[in-house]
Amino acid sequence: MAHDLGFWTLQALNALQLSMLLFLLSIGLTVIFGLMHFVNLAHGSLYALGAYFAASLAAVGGYWMGLFLAPVAVAGVGILLYSGLIKRMRKSGPMAQVLVTFGLIFVLLDLTRIFWGDLALAIEVPALLDGRLAFLGVEYPTYRVFIIALGLAIFGALAFVLGRTQIGAMIRAGVDNDAMAACLGINVERLFFIVFCVGCALAGLAGAVAAPLLSVTPDMGLQILIPTLIVIVIGGLGSLKGAIAGSLIYGFVQTFGAVLAPQLASVLIYALLAAVLVIKPVGLFPAKG
Amino acid sequence: MKRAILAALGLATSLAVPAAAEGIKVGLLLPFSGVYASLGNEIETGFNLGLEQFGAETGVTFEVVREDTEVKPPVALGKAKKLILQDQVDVMVGIVSSGVLGAVRDMVHGASVPLIVANAGNDEATGASCSPFITRMSFSNGQINRPMGTWMAEKGIKKVFTLAPDYAAGRQMIDAFTETFTAAGGEIVGQEFTPFQKTQDFGPYLAQAKASGADAVYVFYAGGEAISFVKQYDSFGLKAELPLYGSGFLTSPLYVNAQGEAAEGVITALHYAPTIDSEANGVFVAAFTEETGRAPSEFAVQGYDAARALIEATKTGANDRASLANALRQVSFDGPRGKLAIDPATNNIIQPVYVYETVAGEGGLTQKILAQLPAEADPVNGCEMAPVSN
Repeated sequence: MAHDLGFWTLQALNALQLSMLLFLLSIGLTVIFGLMHFVNLAHGSLYALGAYFAASLAAVGGYWMGLFLAPVAVAGVGILLYSGLIKRMRKSGPMAQVLVTFGLIFVLLDLTRIFWGDLALAIEVPALLDGRLAFLGVEYPTYRVFIIALGLAIFGALAFVLGRTQIGAMIRAGVDNDAMAACLGINVERLFFIVFCVGCALAGLAGAVAAPLLSVTPDMGLQILIPTLIVIVIGGLGSLKGAIAGSLIYGFVQTFGAVLAPQLASVLIYALLAAVLVIKPVGLFPAKG
Repeated sequence: MKRAILAALGLATSLAVPAAAEGIKVGLLLPFSGVYASLGNEIETGFNLGLEQFGAETGVTFEVVREDTEVKPPVALGKAKKLILQDQVDVMVGIVSSGVLGAVRDMVHGASVPLIVANAGNDEATGASCSPFITRMSFSNGQINRPMGTWMAEKGIKKVFTLAPDYAAGRQMIDAFTETFTAAGGEIVGQEFTPFQKTQDFGPYLAQAKASGADAVYVFYAGGEAISFVKQYDSFGLKAELPLYGSGFLTSPLYVNAQGEAAEGVITALHYAPTIDSEANGVFVAAFTEETGRAPSEFAVQGYDAARALIEATKTGANDRASLANALRQVSFDGPRGKLAIDPATNNIIQPVYVYETVAGEGGLTQKILAQLPAEADPVNGCEMAPVSN
């Protein structure tokens, strides 16, 4: 099939949109890991929770209320998880942490099923973001443009905070060498707590943003977990640059793979993952050189 | 003397067993957790309603043992063994996933326990791997799509782009449609199969459909994928220029409200829609709505009719595994779906197929029936089994 330029523009936008959604998820996970070597496998479940909170809140107060309050609610869940569970797990080895957060996936999955049921929920796109925008010679759904813009805005904000502010410098120091950072008088524990909450809020935001695009089902967290892990493994742990690079690679490989080699679409990204692991096991842009 | 007492005792117990066996033990094998939990619950609700509604017509009572398959073939096989060997059930009802049906098929067949399939639509189950013990009261994948190819070609649609998830059901549904559509003079201008349950963004495929020059798009998606697909199809503005058709699971009443306005105008074919205008359906819809507060889906009616089929079988005097299996193969009745019968050549159901459009109605979306396509038996498809004995 011969395609015109518009077709490829459309696909590039699709890829960008998927990348931004994955970026929102992976940045929280990767910084949490980088800062305190803690793998939170339940990150995907927080994303699902974000979508459910957004759906419930949107039913009461409209879309925007869902979008703004769902991340706050998920951060609240994050605080509970942190103080109840994760703080105690800080000193146990990675195996125990992985097991606990893996178990947490199933607990949260069944809790969402008990509270919200098995039937899929839906959120209507607000009138402002409904419809399509015409630009670059194509018509593209406004809501997807909004996701791209939001992803870029969050990236910009994080790049500024991490690169130019004092707290950013403290986080980078903590990722680089937490013992040394603590010796210099940085409260690494508190820093981690803040980063953990922000990471949870971003996962919640991703869920709230994805909800109108996809369907809100209990297993949506499980579906997104593997792509998110692939993103941070390809990009490299702990860095903003790695998260955005990994997300873009995943988005473009997935989208253009589906168009150019549909038979290989589901294998392609795993092949790339394997290649990265062989050639550069730490990922493309790890926080620690 | 001792021997005589023992013999008398043995005789007494052997006489006592059939007298006590007025009740029929039913093993309900459905997913109550996992991705298809909502379907399992829907089928169970329908099944219980069916037992309530028609239970009085038969002299026997039913004892139901429910087991959760978790939609995992190995788990389901273990549960099926438990039902057959430990609970000693007389008949099993259920099975949502075709993968699970494939896993328990040999066990059920080997143990000679009748199984009424209440969902799984794999063509093979009533084709090459059919069994005299497995009767299907739901549908077969080919059955609901085959008439749609002819119907769409008759409506003047010439070129179609198809999309479905890349697994057995997706391929069987699309193949059946393609076969009749091309036989009726239509042309398939593009065909894509998306990675099953790994595709969240259909954007890349929608752009291809748009560029293919098709008059219409024909798809099969179910559950969460169906919701995402219909919403994304609408968000790209394709509905106006490229009408969306499909197998009716796409806009199932179970989740059509989650699709909202995006589902309006989508035309699909299925063996049931809650708006079928008949007395039997009126009774069913009223009973189901009272129970759950919403309209029944095709899954609910499958459970309801499975219960009805079981009751019809017991009315012939069947009371154990062998006689129930035999009686189930000859069941026929008028239900919410219209006139149903089991085809003794394959043990698959013969039923009409309804073409319906999803439209806005009072209090949400509803189904406007455009056509009732006549009931047709599936091709035998390599099924070989002993004829029904009387």
